[in-house]
Amino acid sequence: MPHSGINVLFEGHNLVRLLGGLWTTVWIAALALVLGLSLGALLGALRTLKNPVLRLGLRLYLEFFRIVPTVVLLFLAYYLVPELFHVDSLPGSWMAVIAFGLWVAAEFSDIVRGALLSVPVHQRESGLALGMNRWQLFRYVLLPQALKLELPATINLATRVIKTTSLLMLISVMDVINIGQQIIEANNTTYRTGVFWVYGVIFIFYFVVDYPLSRWAQRLAAQQKV
Amino acid sequence: METEILKVTHLNKFYGARQVLFDVNFTLHQGEVLTLLGPSGSGKSTLLRTLNGLEAFQAGTLTFNGQPVVADEAHWQKLRQKIGMVFQSYDLFPNLTVLENITLAPVKIQGRSAATVQAEALALLERVGLSAYAKAYPRELSGGQKQRIAIVRALALHPELMLFDEVTASLDPEMVRGVLEIIKQLSQEAAMTMIIVTHEMNFAAQIADRVLFLADGKIVEDTPGQQFFAQPQTQRAQEFLDSMDF
Amino acid sequence: MDWAVIQQSLPEFAKGFQLTLWLSASGIAGALVVGVVVSLLRYFQVPVLGRLSGAYVEVARNTPLLIQLFFLYYAFPVLGLKFSAATCGIIGLVFLGGAYMAEGFTGGFNGVSQTQVESGRALGMNQWQLARYVVLPQGLALSVPALAANVIFLIKETSIFSVIAIPELTNTALDLIGLYYRSNEYLLVLVVAYAIILIPLSLLLTWLERRVRYATFGD
Ligand SMILES: Nc1ncnc2c1ncn2[C@@H]1O[C@H](COP(=O)(O)OP(=O)(O)OP(=O)(O)O)[C@@H](O)[C@H]1O
Ligand SMILES: [Mg+2]
Repeated sequence: MPHSGINVLFEGHNLVRLLGGLWTTVWIAALALVLGLSLGALLGALRTLKNPVLRLGLRLYLEFFRIVPTVVLLFLAYYLVPELFHVDSLPGSWMAVIAFGLWVAAEFSDIVRGALLSVPVHQRESGLALGMNRWQLFRYVLLPQALKLELPATINLATRVIKTTSLLMLISVMDVINIGQQIIEANNTTYRTGVFWVYGVIFIFYFVVDYPLSRWAQRLAAQQKV
Repeated sequence: METEILKVTHLNKFYGARQVLFDVNFTLHQGEVLTLLGPSGSGKSTLLRTLNGLEAFQAGTLTFNGQPVVADEAHWQKLRQKIGMVFQSYDLFPNLTVLENITLAPVKIQGRSAATVQAEALALLERVGLSAYAKAYPRELSGGQKQRIAIVRALALHPELMLFDEVTASLDPEMVRGVLEIIKQLSQEAAMTMIIVTHEMNFAAQIADRVLFLADGKIVEDTPGQQFFAQPQTQRAQEFLDSMDF
Repeated sequence: MDWAVIQQSLPEFAKGFQLTLWLSASGIAGALVVGVVVSLLRYFQVPVLGRLSGAYVEVARNTPLLIQLFFLYYAFPVLGLKFSAATCGIIGLVFLGGAYMAEGFTGGFNGVSQTQVESGRALGMNQWQLARYVVLPQGLALSVPALAANVIFLIKETSIFSVIAIPELTNTALDLIGLYYRSNEYLLVLVVAYAIILIPLSLLLTWLERRVRYATFGD
C-alpha cells in the first residue's frame, strides 16, 4: 500500500498538532478539577450543617447536575454565560471550565458529605473531648479521615472529567478531537484509512491517561476493604 | 469409645512467613468431646479451620476415619460433609428461609431426597425448640436462635465430627445457655464426637472429656477434662484459668 | 422566554423524547446482558475469555463514548463495516454500558461476605454450588445500586448521540436552536425533558434497591 493510513500521523506537523490538542484537553480538565474540587469540598462541608434552607438549596444544586447530561451543561454554559454576564468574547474553553467545574463541585460535594458523615461518632466525640472547636474538629479529625476514605471516588471522578473533555469539540474548542477531525478532512483523499488511525491515536491517548488513574483508584479501594 | 476418628500428627501451619501452629499432635476417638482452650491469638480458630480444610497447612498429616486426608479442594469438599463446623458469627444464608438453609446442602450437595431431608429437618427443629420458625427468614430470628439453626444446618448433613468455634461468643448472655444446652444434648444423647473452642469455662468443665490447652501455637497440655479444671499440670494453664476467673 | 415558541417545538421534542427512551432502553437491555456474561466469565476465571473480558472492561470504561461512536460511525465504514447512525448509537451504548454493568455485577459478587462463602464451603459446596447458592443470589442483590446508577448514567450518555446526528432529545434541541436561534426556550424544554425521564426513574430505582435489599438481607 503506497498510502497506508498510518502515515497520516507523520504527515507535516500532524502528530504535534494532535498533541497540542491533547494539551488543551488536559489543561481544561485540570482547571475544572481544581475549581470543582475546592468548591465541592466547601459545599460538601456546608451540607453537613443543620440549616434546612442551606441543605435544600445545595441538594437541589446537586440534583440539577445529576439530571442534566454534561453535553447539555456545555451548551447551557455556551449560550447562557455570555447572556448572564454580558460578555461576548469569552472563549469556549473557559465556558467549558465553568460548566465542568460546577458539575465537579456538585458531584464532589456529595462525596465529601458522605465521607464526613461516615466518620464514626466516637471519633467526633473524642475530638470534642480533647477540647477542639468545630473548625479544629473538621480540620484535624474529620477532613483527614474523610479524604482518605474518599480518595478512590475522587480519582474516579477525575477520570470521568477527562473522558468528558471529549465533548469540548461540540462548543468548537480546539481540543484533540477537533484537531483530529481537521486532519482527517484535510487528508481524506490521500489517506482513505487515515480516519482509523487518527481516531485510534486519540482513543489510545484517552486510555493512556485514564487507565492508570482507574487502576490506582481500584488499588486504593481494595486496600481499604482489608 | 476406642475407634479413632481423627489423628493429627506433626501439624505445622504458617501464614506467609509467620508460623502459627507448631508441631501439633493429638488423636480424637469416637464420641469424645475435646475442648480447645487457650489465650486469644494462640491459634485455636486456626487449628479448627485447618481441620476443616478452610486453611492450608504446610507440614504434617491428618487422618480421618483411618484414611489419610489428601489436601486438595475436591477431597475436602467430600470430607466437609462429614465434618460439620459452626462459626462464631451466625452465618445463615439471609436470602433463604430457615428450612431452606437446613435442607439446601443435604438435598443439593448430598443428593438426598427432598422429602426425607425436610422431615428430618423439621424433627431437628423440633428438638431445638424452633419448629415454629421453619418458614421464617434469618432476619426474624435472634442471635441465639440463628446459632441454634446453624448447628441444625450442620447436623442435617449427618456429620461424624462437629467443630464449634466460640459459637456463643457474639451472643447476649441470656441466649448463651440455650445454645450450650443443644451442644450438651448432642454429646449426651447422640454421642457426637466434637471439638469445641469456647470461653465459657463452666460449660467446658462440664462437657470436656479432654482439654487441649494451646499457647502460642503449641499444645502445652493434653489432659482429661476433670483433671484439667481441678489441677492443670502447667503454670501457663493455671494462669489462664485464673485469668478466666475460674 | 416565549411560550409560543416552546409550544410549537413540542411535537419535535416529543419525537426526540421517544427516540431517547427507545435508544436508552435497547442500549441498557443489551448492556445488562453483556454485563452478566462478562462478569461471570471473570468470576469463574474462564481461561482466555476471562482475561479478554477483563481487557474489554478496562478499554470500554477508560475511553469516552464519543470516540467509540466516531470509530463506529466514521472509521468502520472505511473498513467496509457500515451501520446506520441509530445502530451505531446502540452498539456504542452496549459496548460502553456492558463494561459498566459488568463492573457493577463483579462488585456485587465480590461484596458477598467471606464468612458467607466460608459457611458454604463448610457445608461441602464446590465452586459451582457456591456460586449458584451463595455468591450469585446475594451478589446480584448487592449489585443493584451500582446497576441503577449505571442506568441513569447511560440514559444521560445518549445525549452524546447528537454528534452522529441521531435526532434524540439533545440533537433535536440543537437543531432547533440552529434553525430559530431561540436557545433559552429550547434549552429549557431540553432540561425539563431529561427531568421528566430521570426524576421518576431515579425514585423508582431507589425504591427497587430497597425492596431487593430487604428481600435478600432483611435490612
Ligand atoms: N488470615 C490470617 N493471616 C495472618 N495471620 C493470621 C490470620 N488469621 C489468624 N492469624 C494469626 O494467627 C494467630 C492465631 O490466630 P487464631 O485466630 O487462630 O487465634 P485464636 O486462638 O482463635 O484467638 P481468639 O481467641 O482471639 O479467637 C494469631 O496470631 C493471628 O494474628
Ligand atoms: Mg478464634
